[in-house]
Amino acid sequence: MRILVVGGGMGGTIFANHLARRIHHEMKTGKARITMLSASHEHVYQPGWLYVAMGRATPDELVREQQSLLEPGIEFHVDPVEEFHLAHNHVKCKSGKVHEYDLIVISTGSRPMPENIPGLKENSVNCYTAENAVEYYKQLSEFKGGRIVVTVGLPHKCPMIPLEVTFAMYDFIKDRGLLDKTEFYYTYPIGRVHSLENVAKWAAPEFDAKGIKYETLFNMKEVDGKNAKVISEEGSEVAYDLLVAVPPHKGQEVIEKNGLGENGWIPTNRHSLHMEGEHGKNVIVLGDTTNLPISKAGSTAHFEAETAAENVAAVVKMGRPVKSYDGKVFCFIEAGKDRATYAMFNYQNPPQPKAPTGAVHAFKMAYNKLYWATARGLL
Amino acid sequence: MAERTVDARGSFCPGPLMELIANMKSMQVGDTLELLSTDAGSAKDVPEWVHKVGHEMVDTNQDSEGTFHIRVRKAK
Repeated sequence: MRILVVGGGMGGTIFANHLARRIHHEMKTGKARITMLSASHEHVYQPGWLYVAMGRATPDELVREQQSLLEPGIEFHVDPVEEFHLAHNHVKCKSGKVHEYDLIVISTGSRPMPENIPGLKENSVNCYTAENAVEYYKQLSEFKGGRIVVTVGLPHKCPMIPLEVTFAMYDFIKDRGLLDKTEFYYTYPIGRVHSLENVAKWAAPEFDAKGIKYETLFNMKEVDGKNAKVISEEGSEVAYDLLVAVPPHKGQEVIEKNGLGENGWIPTNRHSLHMEGEHGKNVIVLGDTTNLPISKAGSTAHFEAETAAENVAAVVKMGRPVKSYDGKVFCFIEAGKDRATYAMFNYQNPPQPKAPTGAVHAFKMAYNKLYWATARGLL
Repeated sequence: MAERTVDARGSFCPGPLMELIANMKSMQVGDTLELLSTDAGSAKDVPEWVHKVGHEMVDTNQDSEGTFHIRVRKAK
């Protein structure tokens, strides 16, 4: 079986490594082959940009050579796919090379699109790329006081980031003795401070205790950079001195161009993770690329990839899949510089976050290093 | 005028209203969206947001399996 993995991020890498370990024998004997195509030779641990923005990590700590993470036997090419010909089981890459497959896994991820909100890109900082995280740290470290506004677009990657940046900045400003000169103003699209009800029930009192103000039912419409204010679709305006954005996201352009899904999100079966539609039988979709109503987060990609790898290995070995994805997500929630909690949930069970502790924060800091074992399919 | 369905059953995060808001952004004025939600709160918080922004509620029904079908029209 020729298995083609498109995308070298969390989903594609964890899938490929888990699968390679399970079908090691079949790969050796030529019964199965795994090929990965990626747009980059680098693998980035994207959750780390938060720490760069707070001056607690540097970008190079978050990057590894993709080839170095892959199990032996996985064929790797830096050659982004430009055309998907799903009816004919092949893709065409930027180089012109055509790759045929029996099964394709699409895990191309998402991208921040601050340019989709007028004025947002030019007037805000965010922690969704290395360049932006460094600029965020520069502006935060030069901040002398005033109003810091957090504004959130939809859909976005990493649902915990709005809370995490707010708590992290609070401690950053506190450590610099600027709390009495700083006002924090958090905005959020729905009628509570986080999408997860139990997380919102925990976070709102934390905000109140710290004097962090918040406005809910606030969806960015535009940013008026000249007058330094952000305007919502609901009709309110908030003035800022430093605007921190969680920008809206889209899937990759190549997904849209090939007609695989509006805004780059591919319609996906929530349990089998196969693409919906007539050509979906041998197409698996992972991570942010799906249109599933669950978190766009590395954790989601991770658990989907494990399920998919186990299924594909079973298909190789005995012709049938063995698992159904249950919607499992596990997200750490940094509650400042030295405390954290977590949310774990699936399609059936909401999370029950506990009070933040130093121990969970320590585990998160350890996981930031252990991630490379996860990418290798070991953890 | 186009119609679309957003199946947000079993969605705790981002949740039905977040799914609805994200989808409304890529719709045209006059288009209709049907939101499927198993969260009873959706029947309250979706109309609250729709009215605040100025879109239109079409109707809300609950089927025999408990799923809410909430239809919204983009008005602006």
